[in-house]
Amino acid sequence: MNARALFVRDAATAVLTQQAQGKGEGKAPSQDPLLRQSIRKKIYTRGQPWLLSATLLLFFLVAWHLATVRPAFDPTGRTEDELLTMEFNGDIIRTESGIYIHNPDKIQGIPGPLALVKKSVEELSDPFHRKGTNDHGVGYLVFYTVTRFAVGFISASVLAVCIGILIGMSRPLYQALNPFIQLLKPISPLAWMPLLLYSVQDPTWTAILVVFMASLWPTIANTAFGVSSIRKEYIQVARLLQLSWFRRLIMVILPAAAPTIIAGLRISFGSALVAVVPAEMLLGELGLGYLTWIEWNNLDISGVMFAILVVGSVGIVLDSGFNRLARLVTYTE
Amino acid sequence: MSFLEIDHVSKHFPLREGTTDLAQMTETFCVFQDISLSVEKGEFVTLVGHSGCGKSTLLNILAGFETASEGGMVLDGREVVEPGLDRMVVFQSFALMPWLSAFDNVRIAVKAAYPEWDKSQTDAHTQKYLAMMNLQQAANKKPTFLSGGMRQRVGLARAFAVQPKVLLLDEPFAQIDALTRGVIQDELMRTWEATGTTVFMVTHDVDEAILLSDRIALMSAGPEASLAECVEIDIPRPRRRETIIDLPRYIQLRNEILRFLMHASQVEQD
Repeated sequence: MNARALFVRDAATAVLTQQAQGKGEGKAPSQDPLLRQSIRKKIYTRGQPWLLSATLLLFFLVAWHLATVRPAFDPTGRTEDELLTMEFNGDIIRTESGIYIHNPDKIQGIPGPLALVKKSVEELSDPFHRKGTNDHGVGYLVFYTVTRFAVGFISASVLAVCIGILIGMSRPLYQALNPFIQLLKPISPLAWMPLLLYSVQDPTWTAILVVFMASLWPTIANTAFGVSSIRKEYIQVARLLQLSWFRRLIMVILPAAAPTIIAGLRISFGSALVAVVPAEMLLGELGLGYLTWIEWNNLDISGVMFAILVVGSVGIVLDSGFNRLARLVTYTE
Repeated sequence: MSFLEIDHVSKHFPLREGTTDLAQMTETFCVFQDISLSVEKGEFVTLVGHSGCGKSTLLNILAGFETASEGGMVLDGREVVEPGLDRMVVFQSFALMPWLSAFDNVRIAVKAAYPEWDKSQTDAHTQKYLAMMNLQQAANKKPTFLSGGMRQRVGLARAFAVQPKVLLLDEPFAQIDALTRGVIQDELMRTWEATGTTVFMVTHDVDEAILLSDRIALMSAGPEASLAECVEIDIPRPRRRETIIDLPRYIQLRNEILRFLMHASQVEQD
């Protein structure tokens, strides 16, 4: 692992020497400390975080592999009967040359990284298949989860921003409703599930409503706070310009409160993303949560790991998309 | 009746905010009492006084942000009851929308004042007032990326672009460094002369007041402040910052005003 870092250090020195010789015309490299420093800084600060991530990952994978790898099967000290029982149980198999080895299809303990890679390649090579009602490719499962998430999150956010603005613009309303919002905000979205399932009697809608519930309260609370704490001068300018109620909302209040509203949406986004997977697990709805759970039911631990990785990747993609949107509407003061 | 008439205006604040006790609610604090002032069309009048004497409160009543406890104000024959486009305020804190560029900050005001104009007319008018304040380079920048001086130029351009009947300046240069302040004062003077707008300014900077004003109204120290006297600034225009400070009349006026302010604070201490 250190070979790489050493290589970069060598490269840095090589560049330094080259630069110093080219520019300094015969000057020794040490006589141009500023240049050396700046180049060294450039190389190290650019290379380091990336290198560190790669090294850590490599270290983790190697450690994982070493921890899970099994030594070759050693039949010494076992009777013929024991070996036959083990073969019958599928723990070991006899090869054509007549020696016993571990059964590669029967995984014991935690699977190693190679098993995960094998499983991932298998799943990703055919992401869009549909075999029967429950065996859908991982591509479809991601699509189901993202759709469910998007419907719940977007509808909840639109409603929450509207309610938040109404509450935020009226001081008495804000004071009257704030205790309820504060009470409802910390409730885990999954806690709503039995009640929702009983009310709507449909698992598909229940999963969407769980996401909806997870997205609602932080956005309402933040929007109301953002709208009620807009700087007085912005409102004064809007009053001077005699903007109508609607224009004042669109041109002054919403943009001024945008950073706070976005902060609320971000909290909602996170909690909704966290809620959607267990909701699918519990409701048996096709999706990433379902994938995780079905692989567990099959006792395919590398499948469970693969599902976890997919959940993380989908989260990263959605989150970066959200950040890009957020950057469009925020401002610095 | 004059163009702008401030007629026997008093302002009382409740001593304790948000109390339910009736006896405490009726207890009030008088900021200023019985202020009367007439401003002619095109005149530049400045109100000078100690901080806390309520000069900004008076300006806020004139802007329509606050209401007078007693008395009233009449601008061009109409009573002042709420904020409006005929009175534009230039704020001490600039009050620019940080999510809009300098151009859009002015444009939003032009659009509000002249909704019947089409896009090209609105843009041209905006551009003209940005140019008056030497802001062409900064037009597309957000306020965050502008210095205090540049921000207040945008504030002034926004206020002038609406072409209000009276411009209200609330300590407009207090947050700007001294060197930049002088340049912007020159620009303000030029624009005021070009547009003929009536200006009502509030400040505690005596030099600034003498340089810019036709008349300076002096307020005694609060509480229960009142208008003590009006000083006519009879130094001929155009005035230049560099030469005006050597004029004997300037020194005389400056001393007169400073003496008044010092005396007012002594009365307060006694």
